[in-house]
Amino acid sequence: MKETAKGIKGKFSELGVEIPAKEIEERLDTLVTKFKVPLDEARRSVVNYFLKEHNIARNEFYTGQSESPLLSISDISQDGKWITVKGKVAQLWDNSHETISQVGLIGDKTGTIKFTKWTSAELPDVVEDKNYLFKNVVVNEWGGKFQINLNKNSSIEEIDEEIEIGSSSVSFTGAMVDIQSGSGLIKRCPTCNRALTKGACTEHGKVDGVYDLRIKAVLDNGTTTQEALLKRELTEKISGMTLDSAIALAADALDQGVVLDHIKNGMVGRYYTVTGPRLDRYILVESIELQSNPDAALLEELITAAEVA
Amino acid sequence: MAGYVREVAKRVFAQEFNESNLTFKDGDEQYSPQYLLTPTGAKVNRLFIVGTLTEKEDIGSDTEYWRGRVSDPTGSFVVYAGQYQPEAAQVLVECETPSFVAIVGKPSTYTTGDGDILTSVRPESIQVIDGETRDIWVLDTAKQTLDRINALKSTEPNSVKAMEHYDPDINHYRGMVLHALRSLNENE
Repeated sequence: MKETAKGIKGKFSELGVEIPAKEIEERLDTLVTKFKVPLDEARRSVVNYFLKEHNIARNEFYTGQSESPLLSISDISQDGKWITVKGKVAQLWDNSHETISQVGLIGDKTGTIKFTKWTSAELPDVVEDKNYLFKNVVVNEWGGKFQINLNKNSSIEEIDEEIEIGSSSVSFTGAMVDIQSGSGLIKRCPTCNRALTKGACTEHGKVDGVYDLRIKAVLDNGTTTQEALLKRELTEKISGMTLDSAIALAADALDQGVVLDHIKNGMVGRYYTVTGPRLDRYILVESIELQSNPDAALLEELITAAEVA
Repeated sequence: MAGYVREVAKRVFAQEFNESNLTFKDGDEQYSPQYLLTPTGAKVNRLFIVGTLTEKEDIGSDTEYWRGRVSDPTGSFVVYAGQYQPEAAQVLVECETPSFVAIVGKPSTYTTGDGDILTSVRPESIQVIDGETRDIWVLDTAKQTLDRINALKSTEPNSVKAMEHYDPDINHYRGMVLHALRSLNENE
């Protein structure tokens, strides 16, 4: 309890108000010992009492406590943490919930993150492509992904700075150990671009699909695995097959699966380096390179390492 | 699929793989994954191997059951593919020997009447590949094996377990890696 009292005293003196430790202790003691209030609650109540007494706004006391640190989007990694983010509104999404006033994506040069602005926060609306400082927002982890929430303790300031949205590009080298189903020749929904399963879109039902080529590959470096997504352009380049020739191949065999087999035979079991932004569990591949020669320098290095016994 | 993580394909030379005899499960459930622990402490549920397919033979009676030998610089992996590995078996049927193959598969063990444990590979996929990829694999596997050898004295759980069970002769495995690496130089 002494500790708690000291803490409170310290806080107030930071705000320029000196309160005798004894007075604080007495109040705490009364609540805790006599009225059996838990210490945390007692602390809160005592703080509020002195705030009123000295006419200090609550915010002043609590923001003084800890200004949320400014983080880059790619550094956001802790659920429940209060942070400040500087970013550009990349997208605003439709939202159907009245409890949410705005939802979308904000980005900085390190990546993008979903944000949710609650109606109860009573904050001004943000505009797409404008830059803001989002103060005191809460990180929330959902399904392994991070997002930020703006509540009534948060604030939004428009800033003059022009922020470029980048995506931190990562590289991964490993053996391609698998190509997942849903790769090769697929059909997409003409309305929403989702991949169809058995000719139906999960959103729009049975539709006439549009053909596309893609590869969902699994790379493995012996320590971890990494899923990689290749869009049509790269798929055509790396497989040596155009969308039209893939369609012809499938029509010939009366089976879309032959396209996937063809791609698998050409790629699985080989070493690749892929580079691109990370999204969820995938790398959205922007460039892919076949490792075609063993690294001679590494060979020498390893021989030396193995010889030193 | 919360919590589902794809098993990493470990890199192990044939000699070390064939000298492995410790299998165990993580957890007690029926579908808990099975692992093979190798003498340098690789905890293997999946393997990636690249080598030369030197022999293949249909040893099945009613249905086809293919056995293949895949050689690397240190020894040979024995590979079995039957009706439950149709794609892999098909590749074995079609490909010529010798040829370079890349295999992703699961380790499997068999205990003989004398109590000896034999290891083999049940392939998930087999692909015919080129010699360069094979060399890259040898280098890759040498590096990962050396890393494991160097970690044997650490407190890493798999290293500790390997030391307890095998008490491996470190020079033996260093020599194996060195032999494999030197074989790459001879090719040139």
